[in-house]
Amino acid sequence: MKKAVDSSRQTDSRGWDLVISPRRNLLDLRLRELWHARDLILLFVRRDFVAVYKQTILGPLWYLIQPLMTTGIFTLIFGSIARLSTDGLPQFLFYMSGTVIWTYFASSLTKTSETFIHNTNLFGKVYFPRLAVPVSILISNLIAFTIQFALFLVFMAIFSWRGTVLHPNWWILLTPVLLLMMAGLGLGFGIIISSLTTKYRDLRFLVQFGVELLMFATPVIYPTSSIPEQFQQLIKFNPMAPVVEAFRYAFLGAGTVSFAQLAYSFGFMLVVILLGVIIFNRVEVTFMDTV
Amino acid sequence: MSNFVISVENVSKAYHLGQIGSGTLRNDLAAWWAKVRGKPNPLLKIGQDIHDNVEGETLWALRDVSFTLEGGSVLGIIGKNGAGKSTMLKILSRVTAPSSGLVKVKGRIASLLEVGTGFHPELTGRENIFLNGAILGMKRVEIVRKFDEILAFSEVEDFIDTPVKRYSSGMYVRLAFAVAAHLEPEILVVDEVLAVGDAEFQRKCLGKMGDVAQQGRTVLFVSHNMSAILRLTQEAIVMEKGRLALRGTSTQAVEYYLSAGAEQAGERIWGAHDVPVNAAPFRPIALRLRDQKGRIVETVRSVEPFSIELEYELTATVTGLRVGIYLSSTRGDQVLTSFDTDDQKRFDKHGTRNAGHYLSRCEIPPDLLNGGRYTLGVNASSYRVKRYFMDEQALNFNVDNAGAPGMQWIEPRSGVLRPRFEWSIGKVKK
Repeated sequence: MKKAVDSSRQTDSRGWDLVISPRRNLLDLRLRELWHARDLILLFVRRDFVAVYKQTILGPLWYLIQPLMTTGIFTLIFGSIARLSTDGLPQFLFYMSGTVIWTYFASSLTKTSETFIHNTNLFGKVYFPRLAVPVSILISNLIAFTIQFALFLVFMAIFSWRGTVLHPNWWILLTPVLLLMMAGLGLGFGIIISSLTTKYRDLRFLVQFGVELLMFATPVIYPTSSIPEQFQQLIKFNPMAPVVEAFRYAFLGAGTVSFAQLAYSFGFMLVVILLGVIIFNRVEVTFMDTV
Repeated sequence: MSNFVISVENVSKAYHLGQIGSGTLRNDLAAWWAKVRGKPNPLLKIGQDIHDNVEGETLWALRDVSFTLEGGSVLGIIGKNGAGKSTMLKILSRVTAPSSGLVKVKGRIASLLEVGTGFHPELTGRENIFLNGAILGMKRVEIVRKFDEILAFSEVEDFIDTPVKRYSSGMYVRLAFAVAAHLEPEILVVDEVLAVGDAEFQRKCLGKMGDVAQQGRTVLFVSHNMSAILRLTQEAIVMEKGRLALRGTSTQAVEYYLSAGAEQAGERIWGAHDVPVNAAPFRPIALRLRDQKGRIVETVRSVEPFSIELEYELTATVTGLRVGIYLSSTRGDQVLTSFDTDDQKRFDKHGTRNAGHYLSRCEIPPDLLNGGRYTLGVNASSYRVKRYFMDEQALNFNVDNAGAPGMQWIEPRSGVLRPRFEWSIGKVKK
């Protein structure tokens, strides 16, 4: 098979608005194209919201039921039965903070990882910046997160009103950065996996339980402080660990955080995103031939 | 300076045949490792025949295709199934990238490879207009501006706030086409979308396409419908086995395309390379047209019976099998579809066929078809299970009018049928 080099930036591409070539520059993000597709992204977000809960009785209430149920079960199993440490925080709030945060990351990752597989029909018929799909997923998830986060704040208020002393602090200001890091990690991993699943379907199964296992490697149901000394170093490799801990520390006032670790996570995110975009870019142009 | 808006330069597209998935990770790694060490890919075959478009594991859907197109022109693309038309459109619409070569485009390009792309069944008609419009590349303000026009064109005003899953298929298609028809790109790429909806709606769509062309925009139009090609385009290209065979006026191109079938002279034979691998266990061998004396002919008489026979091989037992023909005029009008197991008794007896060599023959009664040129297609499928093989243009043949009813008047008769009806004429008493 012949492979021509990307000559789109060389000779006589002047005056042409679009040059379709076999290969694309690896880091050609075409963010401008993505920006032009913003109406489409918002419509995708809207579609996901409107369509998902059509023909359900409880509708968007499911956004509240899911974290409540999970938190309830966690509180019962890990709190009351296994009696895991919660850094002295009320168990319900501790698990809820973990669940709300983790859900955003996990659903961003799993849903973006299905980008190509779930949109084969659409992608096979019409062109639009493919990144519009994962980006719209991040936004839909952000809305769901906001709802669930509001629920968390309500419970925080209830607990303080009933006399629990919580210590929200200035770290709260970092919340947008923490969200960005989770979105970035979810997107990065998600698009890497979605790009590779076009050829190797095995990864779909890996994602399903991989995300579940990763949760146990992240301080969602236990605080970092309760990890035995010999594993402390190990958990530091997990880029999600500092995010969850920082979030919890900011709002509830207990946790183990350091700027150095957050910086590590941030750097990790940048690398994953970069890698993701490079792979996505390569797969995007020909995935219809292999999917 | 030239006014070219599309320039296709030596575009080729290769597809890898065979299964993708099992074992490819290992092969991929081996190929990659060889590349890293600067050695040739151990899995590539060498010294392959370049004359056919299949080379070992690689199918060349397009081979070195080049053409340019000036702004404001309408170009038709015709060719048999598998000639590379759709691949060309896919590359132009950026659904897939070429394996080599370049395509340069000036202006906004929009493609209609299928109407209703991205329609979500749970959303209402209104919501889908916006979603579909955005997918096709329209801005929100643009859709808002044209909303009333789209609605009027679609004729589904009363159901616009109903989820489209409750629409009839006709309404669905009308709404989908209405959105697509109101795209206003400088270049429009269209693939057979007209093959949907009822006759009246098709006429409306063709009219809309004509308007688009008159507004000075550039259109690339792929179709099997020769009359649509002749009506809508002044220029056309003919594709054959991934190569550009001819570019000329639409009339020249249509003639070339139709006469390419004439060489077959009443018989079409499929070689091993002509049949896609996924047709198995069905393998067509030949399609023949015989007159009432059993001779293989290219022209049959309207007033005489003739037969159509399809010879094929089954390499395994097939259940629920139906083997049949499509008949259409070469101008694109569908005449009929008929399967060998349409008759319930015959289906009970032959629905399941063991491996072996078969012949399905269909007797066509006299006084059925009007004079003209017709195309025979074949289809072998198990309903709702699998379509093994389909070739919509397997064989062309002529029907001669001599002796048909009404021949004392030399005017041409429109319509594809020329039956001999019993008329009775009598005086009505007051």
